[in-house]
Amino acid sequence: MFAPFMTNAWIAGTIVAVIAGVIGFFVVIRGNAFLAHAVPHGAFAGAAGATLLGLNPLIGLGLFAMAGALTISVLERHARNDAITALALVTMLGLGALFVSRSTQYSAEIFALLFGQILGVSVAELVPMAILGWLCLLAIGVVYRPLLLASTLPDTAAARGINPRTMTVVFGFLLAAATTTSVPIVGALLMFALLVGPPAGASSMTRRPIIAIPLSVLFTLITMWSSIALAYTINLPIGFFVTAIGAGFYLIGRLAAWLRRRARSAPIGVRSSA
Amino acid sequence: MSADGASLADFFASPTVQGALVVGSVVAVVTGIIGIFTVMRRQSFAGHALADLGAVGGSGAFLVGLSQLWGFVGAGILAALLMEAIGIRRLQGRDIATGVVFGFGMGLTALFLFWDTTIDNTSNAAVSVLFGSLFVLDPNLIPTVIVLGIVALVLLGTVYRWLLIESVDHDLAVARGVPVRVAGIVFLIALALAVELSSLTIGAILSTALLIGPASTALQITRRFGLAVALSATLGTAVTWAGCFISYESHYWAGPRGNWPVSFCIVALTFLLYLGTRIAVALRHTIRPSTGLPAAPPGLESTAGGGS
Repeated sequence: MFAPFMTNAWIAGTIVAVIAGVIGFFVVIRGNAFLAHAVPHGAFAGAAGATLLGLNPLIGLGLFAMAGALTISVLERHARNDAITALALVTMLGLGALFVSRSTQYSAEIFALLFGQILGVSVAELVPMAILGWLCLLAIGVVYRPLLLASTLPDTAAARGINPRTMTVVFGFLLAAATTTSVPIVGALLMFALLVGPPAGASSMTRRPIIAIPLSVLFTLITMWSSIALAYTINLPIGFFVTAIGAGFYLIGRLAAWLRRRARSAPIGVRSSA
Repeated sequence: MSADGASLADFFASPTVQGALVVGSVVAVVTGIIGIFTVMRRQSFAGHALADLGAVGGSGAFLVGLSQLWGFVGAGILAALLMEAIGIRRLQGRDIATGVVFGFGMGLTALFLFWDTTIDNTSNAAVSVLFGSLFVLDPNLIPTVIVLGIVALVLLGTVYRWLLIESVDHDLAVARGVPVRVAGIVFLIALALAVELSSLTIGAILSTALLIGPASTALQITRRFGLAVALSATLGTAVTWAGCFISYESHYWAGPRGNWPVSFCIVALTFLLYLGTRIAVALRHTIRPSTGLPAAPPGLESTAGGGS
């Protein structure tokens, strides 16, 4: 399992898990799982397009992730934002269908972009990924406080001179950067599962972001590592393990929150039914 | 799809295009009507998730040799109930709950597709489930699609008044004794049925596009409910027909790789339609500022215009 050819997989998995843990925390407190789904899945169309033109798929991924995030955050101003997200997503996927129909070698490529190919990571792929990942974490460090405030208390943020809309755009770009880093290696499906399940479990265990973020990173790391190990030993797709373990963390988080609520209300003898 | 030039004349006259138009219209009308409620209730994510999750059943059905249709429908309804059970009611955590079910379902799809490809060597399963095509329909499915579409509309019909009251004011609906939760579950099942049958026939992408696109376009044009429903169904059908036509015509200019995928044509038209409407509505607002009332019929002037 720790053979030399697996080293890159472990490194790539770790980078992706750390980024997904941090960004995922914001996805959860913003309640925006749909965006976390739409950006990676839509961006895959960009990779398909770049492959068609003979470019590096990373360029296409980045362009489409940025364009998608920007379109969604600009158009959602006066409208119901989930409808906009859905429309932008299907448009990008529709373009993906077009690109795929234009290219000659489709099935395997698509399958890899959607479901990931973490066991075949090369060093050449690791370097841009690590750099992008660092930039992503740095950017989060810079906008941490305003982003947190705008995500939890938009009105207070606005009163303090932070424009929540700007923060929406900033968050869209962060998500796009994280997507570009991760999708070529872990696939769109995996990225989405990591962004939602473990962070949701972490943030239902504690309300304090300073604890929730490290906890979220810890959960994504455990998910990722045990999935690589399981995929290696059992020889089933890694996407299945990541999504199952991620959903497991969510359930554990919900259970913990429920137990805590019960323990708190038990002495009075009133069980909260909300 | 990849018919060569010589046989194109027969292709257009053949039942393939006619079947595509019939199924496309049925799906467009059913999802257009259900889409209005989906957009009003802000459940687009659930709608899209259900469309994709049908693929779990679809790819699982491949494995055990069941009919794909029942795999799709069964998985859709199960997923809808699961989302409801883990808390789709609270607006706060709804997206996250949907996301967790969705993510897990897609993981299962990955597993099933992996088995499909290793056992049956049908590596195109992933692509066909996701993208689908209106032009490669199984003609035997057409009656089932129509029946299930009607079932979905009937289900919606039984709860639509409750849904309407709730969409106006949730608290008011609860106070008046509207069974909000039951209405929500029934709606979700109707949504699952509609979306599954369309994602089975035309692919998950197109299914979401036809669910959300025409409905949100219609809701921008009018605030009157009945009109919005009619408009949504009409727009959906129009876009489907136009998309089929463009995809067919594209054979003449699209180059050696054959026609443009019909899903792409319809989705692109839907998005352009939505964007065009957004721009038109925005322009109308700037030309006629929202402070002034729209030219009121003579009888209403005395009651409506007090200021000037």
